[in-house]
Amino acid sequence: MDVSSSSGRSTYDANVANAAVRDVPFETMSGVPVDTIYGDGPYPGEYPYTRGVYPTMYRSRLWTMRMFAGFGTAKDTNERFKELLRHGGTGLSTAFDMPTLMGRDSDSEWAFGEVGRAGVAIDTLGDMTDLFADIDLSKVSTSMTINGPAATILAMYIAVAEDGGVARKDLAGTIQNDILKEYQAQKEYIYPPRPSMRIVTDMVKFTTAEMPRWHPVSISGYHIREAGSTAAQELAFTLANGFAYVEAAVAQGLDVNDFGKRLSFFFNAHNDFFEEIGKLRAARRIWARWMKERYGATDERAMLCRFHTQTAGVSLTAQQPEINVARVAIQAMAAVMGGTQSLHTDAYDEALALPTEKAARIALRTQQIVAHETGVTNVADPLGGAPYVEWMTDEMERQAEAVFAHLDDIGNGSILEGVYTGIENGYFVGEIADAAYRYQREVNANQRIIVGVNAFTEGNDEGQAELLKVDPAVEKEQLERLARVKQARDTDLVASALAQLSAEAQDPNVNLMPSLIDAVRTDCTEEEIAMALESVFGTYVERAVV
Amino acid sequence: MRSTDELKCLFDEAIAGHRRSLGRLLTVVERGGQAAAAVNDMAHAVGGNGHVIGITGAPGSGKSTVTGQMLRLLVAAGAKPAVLAVDPSSPLTGGAILGDRLRMDDGPDSFIRSMATRGQSGGLAVAVPAAVRLFDACGYNPIIIETVGVGQVEVDITGAADTCLVVVAPGWGDAVQANKAGLLEVADVFVVNKSDTPGAKDVRRDLEFMLDLGHVSGHEVRRGSRPNIVNTIGISGVGIDEVLAEAAKHLERLASDGQLADRRKRRIAIEIRSHLQQQLAETVDALIEGPVGGAHIDQVANGSMRPSEAVQALYSGLDDGGCL
Amino acid sequence: MGNDEPIRVVLAKIGLDGHDRGIKVVARILRDGGMEVIYLGLRQTADMIVAAVEQEDADAVGVSLHNGGHLTLAPRLVQALRDAGMETPVVVGGIIPDDDVQPLHDNGVAVVLGPGASADEVVASVRQAVLTSRT
Repeated sequence: MDVSSSSGRSTYDANVANAAVRDVPFETMSGVPVDTIYGDGPYPGEYPYTRGVYPTMYRSRLWTMRMFAGFGTAKDTNERFKELLRHGGTGLSTAFDMPTLMGRDSDSEWAFGEVGRAGVAIDTLGDMTDLFADIDLSKVSTSMTINGPAATILAMYIAVAEDGGVARKDLAGTIQNDILKEYQAQKEYIYPPRPSMRIVTDMVKFTTAEMPRWHPVSISGYHIREAGSTAAQELAFTLANGFAYVEAAVAQGLDVNDFGKRLSFFFNAHNDFFEEIGKLRAARRIWARWMKERYGATDERAMLCRFHTQTAGVSLTAQQPEINVARVAIQAMAAVMGGTQSLHTDAYDEALALPTEKAARIALRTQQIVAHETGVTNVADPLGGAPYVEWMTDEMERQAEAVFAHLDDIGNGSILEGVYTGIENGYFVGEIADAAYRYQREVNANQRIIVGVNAFTEGNDEGQAELLKVDPAVEKEQLERLARVKQARDTDLVASALAQLSAEAQDPNVNLMPSLIDAVRTDCTEEEIAMALESVFGTYVERAVV
Repeated sequence: MRSTDELKCLFDEAIAGHRRSLGRLLTVVERGGQAAAAVNDMAHAVGGNGHVIGITGAPGSGKSTVTGQMLRLLVAAGAKPAVLAVDPSSPLTGGAILGDRLRMDDGPDSFIRSMATRGQSGGLAVAVPAAVRLFDACGYNPIIIETVGVGQVEVDITGAADTCLVVVAPGWGDAVQANKAGLLEVADVFVVNKSDTPGAKDVRRDLEFMLDLGHVSGHEVRRGSRPNIVNTIGISGVGIDEVLAEAAKHLERLASDGQLADRRKRRIAIEIRSHLQQQLAETVDALIEGPVGGAHIDQVANGSMRPSEAVQALYSGLDDGGCL
Repeated sequence: MGNDEPIRVVLAKIGLDGHDRGIKVVARILRDGGMEVIYLGLRQTADMIVAAVEQEDADAVGVSLHNGGHLTLAPRLVQALRDAGMETPVVVGGIIPDDDVQPLHDNGVAVVLGPGASADEVVASVRQAVLTSRT
């Protein structure tokens, strides 16, 4: 329940009257004018922001239609980027291949068969340059989905921008860089948790000082949910990780208001429509309250839980894949009615492979239909006040608070320590595995119906649609490219850059970002950098908890 | 079903260092029956002097991590360790998920085998002594048996090992619980894991206190010496070298005051007892479920025989060589 | 060889792919089906898996692949097993397009399980693969 008192409808109306809004009629299709908000406060843009982070929400600005892209070589992805910008996408979102995500080069033993498959291969600065060729980085917002080696990739992005005449302070975007959820769900970690946290705080400090338009951490629940958690666990673990980052940054001397406003979140939009909306509303309420009451934030912007949402990949079926378009549309609606700032809609063929161009376009069109044809953008938090939605919001909050209490307990009063402990003793992975197993049993017992899988299966055998195949020549091309770069670079400079990094890694008071930028400019490879750091930080080996 | 020649062949290969053959022989002993007995006898003939270390502890104590670290250090020191990780089978389905989190740095010089209890009550599988013999015959040393510390731990694990390590950690429960679980009786060395966390001092203090009580009740006299307590931090490996040192010291102590031989004889007694018990149980089951048992049960049911008479009659039947 | 002894299965994530939700669910499904499961965890190489199969004398090996590496990594595992003198049936699950199923079989993979496979199908196909390999 929102216990804080609203300043009242008249205050809200006054705020809204002055807001710049889009130049479209805010009317129903039949011409009936509608109000900005219905029901009671606290209103959108008012603490604790349950009803939305901004007063006018989508009247002022639609969410960013951010479509994930990345496969093959940097040149291939660059083409896809330019295509998406042409089709009306407003943000670039980069997917990297498996080796790149794990800090390995394309010529690594581990990379065999994986180069350019799940995303774009980035080994050296030249790849990053190709990736953003002919794109004015001061005019786009770029999201980079990478975690373990995030600092290296950010360093490359900065170097590319500066080499292209764009100052780092003008760069807008996000780098996921949420290492905590890697141990809990996505498993793309390199080093153990504590040294990894140092890298994260270095990046937060650096961007806070030098890149005001950059979000250095996108605290993610998407992967936690994909790994099998419940909605409440997604909410709780994500926000707990957020609190952990706050505590870590504050311990490093950062001001909670300064960096707090740079944090953003990333949630999943799954099938249960009202559960998702309740979850997102609860997220805003909880974050605002904790930032204010527990962590002492005073700047409103540090209390705002702004988030990107992606429709649930795990909900897509290989059976009758075209029906995934319907699933995605419903999930997109939930995200929008839950007040998302940015949205990625999955392509219908993503259960099987990277999306084809056509499928990716349909996914984008889905968002455009929601934005322009459904009218849901006329009113902020349109479901606010509905008894079920308010109850659901409260229930999600209640369940999340129980998790925070547990983490506080095992962390002896620190959520950060509680998260470290939970990682170490398998709490998070255990909860997630239990939830995944429970869900699977329900599906198996036909208690939970999945259309095309355990019901309504007529149409399943119609054969798979045209799938994207990554040309095996990609790996060969990338290897050749990498070999050329290694041949042409100055090995002394490379060696001294790497030595510098290892030395600085040992001193927790040194920010690694400047030396990383220097290192990528000498054409150090991503793996060379990762190993230089690994030699100091160590390697994390997961305890396999089933 | 493998012939004796096949088994002998596998056995010779295993002794010569073929890991796959050893793996297959371990399966043979797990299955029990005549083939298992034959292999066990072959191993017995070769003999061995490996240090058998049991390691147990409540779930969450971090014992698998500690075991993994021990393995790492042993391999680095040039030893050839074997680990038998025993986990309970599901009583409902008979299946099991085995050996979580254990595989650390296993190179060609170590051997890790996961074993399910397969219906055996208590913490260990019937096949453990035979598996230990096999490892011994193949020259593995030390041979580590890792189990979960629940149930009849004291009987099972002291029965199988020379040295018993019991791992405890903060948050695991108070020492009174430990005492009830029989863990205090079992331990030759206590490992206080997660010793960098706040509750560790309390755990250690509680242990010392319970051991003091044990001294009062003569427990210490029975066991021969008061177990040492080692602090460890499993995830980083701190204290593991001390654990290994304490285990080695314990073995030396046993050897020097003549207890080792006794202890190993007790191992054999328990091994033989468990096989006998299993055979007897099977015999009893067959008898009860057979026509003779059925007839007696009918008579008790219709009142023409008293229960105690039925038991006596059936027992004498056994005694007369009916089924033995 | 008695067919009522529990089947022993080694499960692993081979390569860099970290999507372990499915394989962990399969581990529990196989346990519920009466099998003994040894889950090796993430980032296993073919050699590490083979070493475990040897020591555990596994009746079958299961790997799951979600990132498109199946056509390289699964055959590699089959070959590594054969190089070590073992014909242990390999079961592959995860995200496998229809077109890639036959090539996987051609490369020696015994069973390919799609994402919609029911618990019964999973247990039955592992059991069948083991029985077939014993004949």
